[in-house]
Amino acid sequence: MTGWVRRAVVAFGRFWWNFLIGDTPELFVGTLFVVGAAWLLRHDRAAGLAVVLLLTVVFLLASTFRGRAAADAAPVGEDGRP
Amino acid sequence: MSSTEITLALAVFLASAVEMVEALTIVLATGATRGWRSAIEGSAAGVALLAVLVGVVGVPLVRYVPIATLRVVIGALLLVLGLSWLRKAILRASGHRALHDEDRVYAETVASLEDTRSQRSGKALRRDALGFVVSFKAVLLEGMEVVLIVLSLGASANRLGLAAASAAVAVLVIGAAGVLVARQLSAIPENTMKLAVGIMLTSFGVFWIAEGMGLHWPGSDLAVPVLVAGFLAVTGVAVAGMRSLARHAPSVGTALADRGEVGR
Repeated sequence: MTGWVRRAVVAFGRFWWNFLIGDTPELFVGTLFVVGAAWLLRHDRAAGLAVVLLLTVVFLLASTFRGRAAADAAPVGEDGRP
Repeated sequence: MSSTEITLALAVFLASAVEMVEALTIVLATGATRGWRSAIEGSAAGVALLAVLVGVVGVPLVRYVPIATLRVVIGALLLVLGLSWLRKAILRASGHRALHDEDRVYAETVASLEDTRSQRSGKALRRDALGFVVSFKAVLLEGMEVVLIVLSLGASANRLGLAAASAAVAVLVIGAAGVLVARQLSAIPENTMKLAVGIMLTSFGVFWIAEGMGLHWPGSDLAVPVLVAGFLAVTGVAVAGMRSLARHAPSVGTALADRGEVGR
């Protein structure tokens, strides 16, 4: 593999890694759970829609709470913020 | 236009505007230090490549991939992206994370490019390779997320043209604003726009995942604005809860709250 092709492949892979996972892998896992729940409950419309919504909110709040803990533990910059 | 189309156009417009503000900050800094000709040419090349990507990837996507599969995959992509933007916006709005500061980005870019500025003369008219590459990369990297949003929302709703047109309008509006206000891009409420985009992308993600699986929403397309309102309410509660935590926890958040900076 020539140098520029390898660099392009690595850059492409890095873009998708950062896009899908990055520093919030829980959101990627949460999305998989949402898709999985929708598939499992695809024959029960009411339950399926309710679970999809509930899981989305739960993963959003959990990830935000995790982000808050990480931000508060980080060193503070000149502006007083992490 | 249906409610889905209006929400789609608005979501693409706001997302494109946010990314355009970030790219334009770097382009303006590059133009001021390395010359406007190279900065403008680099930006134009970046926009052209992004437009080609939308055409080359988007059209076959709409024509050849089964719509149900497309909606689930794209819904998942939108959900990952939307939740990520929304999480960041909640942390910023509640004071746990620094706001995105275009003035600081501008100053840092100018400082990094100014080192070699004195070696050049007649910079406004000559071509400058570094200026071209920095502008090109800024537009391309910030624009990739816009391309994904345009392709995702456009393909899943079978309105690729509307999504692309909304993105193009955003590029023109922010470009014009950049010319008029020059360095005052920080005056654009970018963080609020990011929060709105996060809510819309999350709503579309949930909507398309369910629809792709055959779980049809009550009211069909009218469910999208209802989902947007619901996630807006959840976001409001989350921001209020995080602010409350900032006041009660012995942390950075407390210091910010004491100084009246939380939620700025």
